[in-house]
Amino acid sequence: MHATLTPEEAAAAHYPGARRPDRQRFVEAFGLRLAVREWGDASAPAILASHGGFDFAGTWGVFAPRLADAGFRVVAWDQRGHGDSDHSALYSWDADVRDMLAVVESVGTAPLVLVGHSKGGAISTHLIQAAPHRVRAFVNLDGIPSHEPAPDVADHERTRLLAGELSGWLDHRRASDTKVRRPDSMDGLARRRQRMNPRLSLAWLRHLVTIGARKDADGWRWKIDPALRPGGFGPWRASWSMSRFASLPVPLLGILATESEPMGWDTRADEVRPFLPPGARVLELPGTGHFVHIEQPERIAELVLEFLAELA
Amino acid sequence: MSAIRLRHCRVELALHPLREARGRPLLLLHGLGERTPREVPPELDAWPGPVFGLDFTGHGESSLPRSGGYTCEVLMGDADTALRHLGRATLVGRGLGAWVALLLAGARPADVRGAILRDGLGLAGGGPTPGTPRISFPEAGAAGPPDAFALAELSSDVRPPDYATAFVRQANQLSGLERPLSVCCAERPEWLVAVASEPGARATRVDEALRHYAAVE
Repeated sequence: MHATLTPEEAAAAHYPGARRPDRQRFVEAFGLRLAVREWGDASAPAILASHGGFDFAGTWGVFAPRLADAGFRVVAWDQRGHGDSDHSALYSWDADVRDMLAVVESVGTAPLVLVGHSKGGAISTHLIQAAPHRVRAFVNLDGIPSHEPAPDVADHERTRLLAGELSGWLDHRRASDTKVRRPDSMDGLARRRQRMNPRLSLAWLRHLVTIGARKDADGWRWKIDPALRPGGFGPWRASWSMSRFASLPVPLLGILATESEPMGWDTRADEVRPFLPPGARVLELPGTGHFVHIEQPERIAELVLEFLAELA
Repeated sequence: MSAIRLRHCRVELALHPLREARGRPLLLLHGLGERTPREVPPELDAWPGPVFGLDFTGHGESSLPRSGGYTCEVLMGDADTALRHLGRATLVGRGLGAWVALLLAGARPADVRGAILRDGLGLAGGGPTPGTPRISFPEAGAAGPPDAFALAELSSDVRPPDYATAFVRQANQLSGLERPLSVCCAERPEWLVAVASEPGARATRVDEALRHYAAVE
């Protein structure tokens, strides 16, 4: 049962420039229900937006309407365990890419434009490499691999092996079978998230609480599966992703943040250039952190629309 | 004897007691697509203590989750769940279970009192470096167990030799055992060649490895 919102909490549902999706639906990925959000005319050419780790489709709320108003159908989904999608027994890179393909198939057969932020950029990269015929162009928002492991890709691009890290990961799993998030106020949730997103305003983070969290009688909780945990380890290495970037067969625009922050990838244009496919462009946004589309929705939408206009 | 039900996050695991006895348990980890055998295999009969076998997620009597997402690291969590129940144990893994035994020996060096790596299904995984990018799908119409997602996803995971040896080194430095790993395999994928050449690992026969670990504290 959802609890009633205070007037102040209800007001946080509104944020300057943010628009709720025009349509909501679900896609079944082998029995797992994924929440899909859409902005714009359903018959317009489609752009599929992929959020980063620990985010959800609602984080596109300011950026997506700008593309929708320019004549696109923007489709976004909550990755498994995130937002309003089912929590899963298992999480993996392969599963995220397979889920993404289920969403792609639900949009239609015409090749799509992909826009991916952070981990969403990285799984988009994998999807293009595995199913190139599904995609006609790709915008990667601060999700180009570098030689350093990224904080939100957990088991994928990380080989650091410390005794404490391994046992810490196992201990977290041992505790997860009984784990329930502790309830807090809307402000409490917003402030906790601000530790990982220090460049984003409290007003925006409070707005995100109204989408990515729910209020029960005892307070607010983020909807994300508590079994998910930043960090982790696995056999994959970032240099493999980096060298494969050169194989991408579609027009590519890469936009990189320049300000270092906890969730950031710290990839520099100079280190990416030797790995770019022919014709690809990558640029750095001065004075901007990892969440480029939230810090500068107008500028990013402009860059995306210019890039797509050049293709037409 | 009926299986002990253990919880690992949202998965219910079946831990099968195969033989009661006093002393440190031997924990069997099966290969890819297999399940715990009904009886103690004859070649392990010499173990003096109790014997248990764990069914991994999506195998045997353990629960079969929706929509896949398998990683060997999560299966290491399965084995760690059994270890929490048993306390200290000696591991014997077949194929995929051998790889998981190696991971757990490195991650829980104080509780794993020796890991015996044996031939079995899924020993090589997806090889030492990534193959062509692809999206894994289960075999159409397969009901399972074993979970068709497990068969698809756990046969393509990358197993780099230097990732494997990092776990051997950790087991070797932190377990206090003179030989935390025993390699008893005819098949030698690259990761296993690297493991066998590390200090703390030794290529040997199963009966010798059982005697060796039965004698350690």
